[in-house]
Amino acid sequence: MSCIDQIEYEIILSGASFREGAEYIRKHFGEHYEVDPGYRLFDAHLIGVPPVVLGVDAEDVIFPYTKPCRGTFLLRARGPEEIARLRARKK
Amino acid sequence: MTETDGKSALLLLGCPQVPVQTSVAIHLCEQLRQRGIEPVIAGTGSARRLIEVADPRRHYIGEVIDLDDCIDEIAEKKRDFDYAFVFIHNDGGVSYAGTLSAISGARLFGIVYGEHADETVASITFPCEVVATKATHNPMPVVVKLGKVLP
Repeated sequence: MSCIDQIEYEIILSGASFREGAEYIRKHFGEHYEVDPGYRLFDAHLIGVPPVVLGVDAEDVIFPYTKPCRGTFLLRARGPEEIARLRARKK
Repeated sequence: MTETDGKSALLLLGCPQVPVQTSVAIHLCEQLRQRGIEPVIAGTGSARRLIEVADPRRHYIGEVIDLDDCIDEIAEKKRDFDYAFVFIHNDGGVSYAGTLSAISGARLFGIVYGEHADETVASITFPCEVVATKATHNPMPVVVKLGKVLP
């Protein structure tokens, strides 16, 4: 996910476990989706324990970003196209 | 000729914060080569440098690649391995193993070590053969357990 640096994002949670990040999204964002690890978001593949939970808030996507040495961060970034793609795949 | 000849194995390194990782990884490369399995190491820049400096003539290690590039290639179905060994001592390591469980067809092993090995093992909720010890500085407990599960 090296290209994450190429988008503007806000860190909304840091130093969390992957599970805590998923629970945070479920609790705080009424619109959320489950995808498989490796799902491509913002031109990067998501890392995580399945299922990976993504939140949606207005035009922002909330998603986990995992670094080997620093654990999981929850990031918020504007992504109307990504949101449309998530909504389109919802069954 | 054995059933493992010509196969490939990914060694996905975690944060090199815990000392046993580098020596166990090099040892595992040697063990895999004995079985005819070609090892490929993926890791962060620091994890890769530790490995490359420890085996400068590459007697044991082979191809060494960037962690993110490795995940990209597997996720995009450009590359895969017969076996994958993920080095895990924290939640990040579990996340990478979980990712491989979803995107790779490799037989997946989680090598869990470090002070919090028990808690870490408990968070592995996906199909994965786990080798776990609380080793931090002494690699032998990992080496012994790993030797019992190698293909």
